Amino acid sequence: MAALTPISRKPLSVVLPAVAIAGGFLGMFVGAGQDNVLLGILIGAALMAGLAWLYINVLDNERVARWITILGLAAIGFFFAGITGLIVGLLAGWFFAFFIFWLYEGRYRQKLLPYMTAGQVLWHFTFRVICGAIFVFLITPILVVLPLSFNAQDFFTFTPEMLRLDPEGYSLKHYRDFFTNNEWQRSFKNSLIIAPIATIISVSLGTLAAIGLSQSHVPGRRAIMGILISPMIVPLIISATGMFFFYSDIGRFLEGTLGMNKNFVGYVKVVLAHAVLGIPFVIITVTATLVGFDQSLTRAAANMGAGPVRTFFKIQMPLILPGVISGGLFAFITSFDEVVVVLFVGSASQKTLPWQMFTGLREQISPTILAVATILVVISIALLTTVELLRRRSERLRGLTPA
Amino acid sequence: MSDATQSGPMLAADGTPLKKSLARSLRRRKLRALALVAPLLLFVLLSFVIPIISMLFRSVENGIVSETLPLTVVELQHWDAESGELPDEALYEAFVRDMVVAVDAKQHTRLGTRLNYEQTGMSSMFRKSGRQIKRIDPEADGPFKDKLIEIHEGWGDVDTWRVIKTHAVPITNGYFLNAVDMQRTPEGAQAQPEDKRILIKLFGRTLFMSLIITGSCILLAYPVSYLLANLPMRASNMLMILVLLPFWTSLLVRTSAWKVMLQQQGVINETLVWLGFVADDARLVIINNQFGTIIAMTHILLPFMILPMYSVMQTIPPYYTRAAKSMGATNWTTFWRIYFPQSIPGIGAGSILVFILAIGYYITPEIVGGTKGVFISNRIAYHISSSLNWGLAAALGTILLAVVLLLYWCYDKIVGIDNVKLG
Repeated sequence: MAALTPISRKPLSVVLPAVAIAGGFLGMFVGAGQDNVLLGILIGAALMAGLAWLYINVLDNERVARWITILGLAAIGFFFAGITGLIVGLLAGWFFAFFIFWLYEGRYRQKLLPYMTAGQVLWHFTFRVICGAIFVFLITPILVVLPLSFNAQDFFTFTPEMLRLDPEGYSLKHYRDFFTNNEWQRSFKNSLIIAPIATIISVSLGTLAAIGLSQSHVPGRRAIMGILISPMIVPLIISATGMFFFYSDIGRFLEGTLGMNKNFVGYVKVVLAHAVLGIPFVIITVTATLVGFDQSLTRAAANMGAGPVRTFFKIQMPLILPGVISGGLFAFITSFDEVVVVLFVGSASQKTLPWQMFTGLREQISPTILAVATILVVISIALLTTVELLRRRSERLRGLTPA
Repeated sequence: MSDATQSGPMLAADGTPLKKSLARSLRRRKLRALALVAPLLLFVLLSFVIPIISMLFRSVENGIVSETLPLTVVELQHWDAESGELPDEALYEAFVRDMVVAVDAKQHTRLGTRLNYEQTGMSSMFRKSGRQIKRIDPEADGPFKDKLIEIHEGWGDVDTWRVIKTHAVPITNGYFLNAVDMQRTPEGAQAQPEDKRILIKLFGRTLFMSLIITGSCILLAYPVSYLLANLPMRASNMLMILVLLPFWTSLLVRTSAWKVMLQQQGVINETLVWLGFVADDARLVIINNQFGTIIAMTHILLPFMILPMYSVMQTIPPYYTRAAKSMGATNWTTFWRIYFPQSIPGIGAGSILVFILAIGYYITPEIVGGTKGVFISNRIAYHISSSLNWGLAAALGTILLAVVLLLYWCYDKIVGIDNVKLG
């Protein structure tokens, strides 16, 4: 439908200024590298507008024009900034070859509604550029951390070697530090002990409670739900304050009266505190899964002679398993990321990875943090993929249309 | 049963009246549901709700004066704080008796610390006097009044006794008064001296900055949610990854990324200097102040605004705007009168969520906020771990909790707890 919009060639008075602006923008960066921004902008604008004029009036062959632009800009880039310049030049050339003909042939209209005015079309694309900028804002911090973690220097900026794509500028030394440094390894190990145990507690108790809550006649359902979700609502600093007082009393009781090992008690305190924080996530995800659960299946099972336990494990559990697992992943990441509560409740021997990062950021900031951050980003990408796959599977199992 | 004409209640298969049987089965189901919920409910009540409630009590509890100085407190009842005269010998004697016991149990320094929150200098006075009072024999060495004043001149100051008398009550509003920059005096609640009033300002700043963060989140989230809701499913799912990835990334990773970007020698400043927008010696100060906190927290909380907005905008049917346009409305009128009102629930839900989260934030302001960009939660943490004024920390926490619960109640009214969605 939209593809039927008729397109027509646009006059040069539209094409040239737009191309010149884009060219000036590119020229600004080249100019900045040569310490003359203004000259860069002017030359960039003039060069690109000239190219566009040439292509439209003289050459009129899109394929040839594209190769000329790509190779030409790549050569200019290589002349100014080596390998990096070559790559930037290739990309810029591809963009400008596309951009000039996209504008001139009026292809930008192709997928839009035919009755849109020029102003609406302009706004349509401006809006997309704004959204693009916001997406870049969302993603930049992560994109900046990844390459910087391979920095060969102990700096937090891109060194000239890195910008030149010189292998000398990159190294794995921060990763090596993470895997050999005792403090980082101990805190990593602590995180790997605490998070899974806390997850198991919150998932097992949370799933049972969600099943109970999903039944039709639960007295005081709203109040119970409110209490169970409260760890997510109350600001972490307040939970931490409350738990700090409470668990120091509990700890004294366990150590003093029952004579337990101090280290063990410390782990118990942190695990219990983290389990509470993970519970709301389990409750919410499992309840959401149970909303789509067909209760007549359990009745059918009972009808055919299965007891409640057998029905649960054979019928209900497999169907709600995706929800349970993604709730568990939420609980895991909550505990794995948590720093405020562990800072207050734990002692130095329970130092977790986020705690170590926090002290690192506050006191002696070392680039190893960036390596750890990169590893954590990879972990979260893995978890995100798992949750998404589970969500699709759950929807398929329940016969909903995949959304 | 076979008798169709039989009057009376209908019976179940086992002969009990059907009504009773149904009621029993309903009761049994209720009990089973409760039994499933009970373990978790107990766990949350024990390890979360009770600690919070005990924190609330700690903000008013003040047993330390009357426990450490029981005899003195009784004597102080007879002393008129308004008279401007020092108390009589009986009180000094009671005080010495109390102190000898307290010094033995090493409680007097704790009391000194407690009273030091109200009047500076009390802590050192108790510590110094403690050593010498230990040598006094309360049975033989009277009279004590002059002796005590000789040990430390503070005991000859009416104000000292007034402070002790004011804070001798077991339940006090003193911490709450301190939390709003007032203090408990014999004449009732009064404002703190000018130079000590920082908490009201801090509360104000916390609210103000949370509002700014919420506002900038709305501004940034609206266009993105609109785009996501109006693109074809495939494209919007791809772009959704860009929203969910930061949402899933560790908070500390994002905070450290902002620290790296915003530093004086950081990525943003380096780029601006390279482009010649700022001079090398005039680099922007965008970290360790309010700006740093606002930009980092806007980024961190943005997904919490986008997700509810997106789910509301997805449900807005496109034919209303088409109808408006076909009847001659301009683009702006169509958006403002037709689309925007329908998207308000999303804005409301997202704003309250972001505001609740922002107001209690601790980690990010602590790292990128410096001294000017910190929140009330950083003050709570300071009182817990550094100044050890736990009563004041509990009072500040209680006020913050009250604000959050109020907002949460609004959220429940507007959105409903059951509609909270993740991812």
